[in-house]
Amino acid sequence: MFESFDATLLARFQFAFTVSFHIIFPAFSIGLASYLAVLEGLWLWKKDEVYLELFNFWKTIFAVAFGMGVVSGIVMSYQFGTNWSVFSDKAGPIIGPLMGYEVLTAFFLEAGFLGVMLFGLNRVGPKLHFLATLMVAIGTLISATWILSANSWMQTPTGFAMNEAGQFVPVDWWAIVFNPSFPYRLTHMVLAAYLTTAFVVGACGAWHLIRKTAPRRARKMFSMAMWMAAIVAPIQIFAGDMHGLNTLEHQPAKVMAMEGHYQSHPDGAPLILFGIPNSPEKRVDYAIEIPKLSSLILKHDLNAPLAGLDTIPEELHPPVGIVFWSFRVMVGLGFAMLGIGLWSLWCRYRGTLDSNVWLHRAAIAMGPAGFVAVLAGWVTTEVGRQPYTVYGHLLTANSVAPIAAPAVAASLIAFIIVYFFVFGAGTFYILRLMARLPRDPMPELGEGPLRSSGIMPGPAIHSSHANIKGGHHGA
Amino acid sequence: MELDLPFIWAGIIAFAVLAYVILDGFDLGVGILFPFFPEKHDRDVMMNSVAPVWDGNETWLVLGGGGLMAVFPLAYATILPALYAPIIAMVIGLIFRGVAFEYRWRTRRAEYLWNWAFSGGSMLAALAQGITLGALVQGIPVENRAYVGGWWDWLTPFSIMTGIAVVVGYALLGATWLVMKTHGDLADRARDLALKCSFGTVAAMGIVSLWTPFLEPQYLERWFGFPTAIFSVIVPALVLGCLYALITGIRSRHDSRPFIAALGLFVLGYAGIGISFYPYMVPPSMTIWDAAAPEESLSFLLAGALVLVPIILAYTAYSYWVFRGKVDPEEGYH
Repeated sequence: MFESFDATLLARFQFAFTVSFHIIFPAFSIGLASYLAVLEGLWLWKKDEVYLELFNFWKTIFAVAFGMGVVSGIVMSYQFGTNWSVFSDKAGPIIGPLMGYEVLTAFFLEAGFLGVMLFGLNRVGPKLHFLATLMVAIGTLISATWILSANSWMQTPTGFAMNEAGQFVPVDWWAIVFNPSFPYRLTHMVLAAYLTTAFVVGACGAWHLIRKTAPRRARKMFSMAMWMAAIVAPIQIFAGDMHGLNTLEHQPAKVMAMEGHYQSHPDGAPLILFGIPNSPEKRVDYAIEIPKLSSLILKHDLNAPLAGLDTIPEELHPPVGIVFWSFRVMVGLGFAMLGIGLWSLWCRYRGTLDSNVWLHRAAIAMGPAGFVAVLAGWVTTEVGRQPYTVYGHLLTANSVAPIAAPAVAASLIAFIIVYFFVFGAGTFYILRLMARLPRDPMPELGEGPLRSSGIMPGPAIHSSHANIKGGHHGA
Repeated sequence: MELDLPFIWAGIIAFAVLAYVILDGFDLGVGILFPFFPEKHDRDVMMNSVAPVWDGNETWLVLGGGGLMAVFPLAYATILPALYAPIIAMVIGLIFRGVAFEYRWRTRRAEYLWNWAFSGGSMLAALAQGITLGALVQGIPVENRAYVGGWWDWLTPFSIMTGIAVVVGYALLGATWLVMKTHGDLADRARDLALKCSFGTVAAMGIVSLWTPFLEPQYLERWFGFPTAIFSVIVPALVLGCLYALITGIRSRHDSRPFIAALGLFVLGYAGIGISFYPYMVPPSMTIWDAAAPEESLSFLLAGALVLVPIILAYTAYSYWVFRGKVDPEEGYH
């Protein structure tokens, strides 16, 4: 008994670790792929070289991030079998086809056109190249659609029956794909990916605005990023609220944990801003709370009764402390993003967007905010689903593979070492690439192919960055 | 007539795995051959020859894994725990060699590190895939929908042999790919390696083929019983034909014939395994019908696969077409 519990915990830790690393890359590459498509589209439309230079700059960073996403994704596609084989056997008939469609409609599309996008500009010409960039961007969005459908089905399963082997059997695919939490989760995640990318691009632009390395390019990317922050952050907060109400309807225990509501509140529940959840004593210590506000937010009525975790058997409680905190981290960062967005609007109105150093510093500090918020959000929803893998139907403890604890522990240690080494190096390379924005072209050099190649820094091997302008260096 | 969906799906999964083996086979092979080409310039060209396509090649592995979970969940749920260590080793190998494609160009100081990651990762992934194959051929004990063996059962002389066979075979694919895609001295040395690897590959195929029938009574029956024994004559004859085309292609300095002949060897080897396996998904006890998902799952994904796989093949072919011909050694990375 002890040993099987141990293996389950290790397998959970391994999944949490590998999926946390994995989600970082898609969160960035979904947004970045769309950004690249926008940049290339603007270049083709406005014929302004600044867009092409920004495209080439971010394309290289995209390639590194995408590579990390691919390899960490391969781990995920096999981990369901190695560590969660019982889950795979039981839920495979439903989760499997959704992932199968993800591979067929998205992964091949991304991979097939990625090569053309990265290497093919002077082989296929700008129009076809733009098509390839669009295909990559659309591929990332299709991929998000299927995988979030699969995840949402695990949160709010519908459209299935059980067979005698204990498998989930699909009955209504429409109900499975468009399960109740899917539209909310998809919207919330895609917006999160866009915000994550916007804050990375914004931080990079702000950094170069402060360093004055390439004012024209830095200004362009900072401005674009701040428009995204100002527009998307409020939409995201609204979408998050809708998602929360959906969760209240379908997974009330998760919301109770998020809110720290151990007890039911028959006439208006308080909103606990901060506090330390104390699960053994079933209360939140040192709570700072606003009376009745939680009922107002969740039920739109100050005096609406809200059930607490006391209405649910204790063995079915999610871990309150983790969910309580991760939710606050996510929401706090969301509002900080909104703050930056509004501040940038004010500076734009005053004409100080390029010169307000404090805004630039704040944007740099917020550069990683999207990643942290995405991770915190996923921790909230995944830990909040516990103790189930398929909510209400399959317990996590009954999903795990019959693998001995030492095997899981050994592979976990291997993944930790490899991931920190490989993805640490990748993060370092990305940061270094972001720090090396090519200088703006000198106006006196005028137009012509020499210009774009003359300003490229670094070793000659990077020279194809600029080769669209004439390919003169290849011969 | 009722469509036999598990049978159709077994064919599609077999196709995906074969597509993976021959496509990622050559780009893993290029990595395996890295130690034989110590010059930086040669290595740049070798990497550039596969950089635009490796990601698409590896996607077939994700289709193999994801597809198996979708349509044969019981096979997925028993094979992967049984082959725990080789699968983990394979994905770790793929991580190292996959990131090396980008990282290698991002640093001068640590370039050697990512050269090692590329060749070591490729070799580890190939070895693990070969061991996986061998362990699957020798059989996986399953009871009550779960794997019941230990977590070192995969390690046998036979699985080590298949591991080595796959490493040598991928090196052959990689060498003939380089013959096709490169010029001059690099291509000449690739020719030399291709020649050595072709003898190595055929020898390894011979050893594995002579060994396999004695692992399971079913295999023996298949190989020497009528009518399947016909294949036991035809397949080796075709293998020798491919070997002949391979060697004469290399000797006559033909660009693409050696690569095509090497692909032929892989297809034949794969067919040989298929003939031994059928109708089992997980020998010795689980047939493709035992392992299959409910019909609603099979038909839902089949509708998409029938439309999407041809489209995928079309744009994959387009991507190869864009990067056709010899690699320009002067052309830089993106």
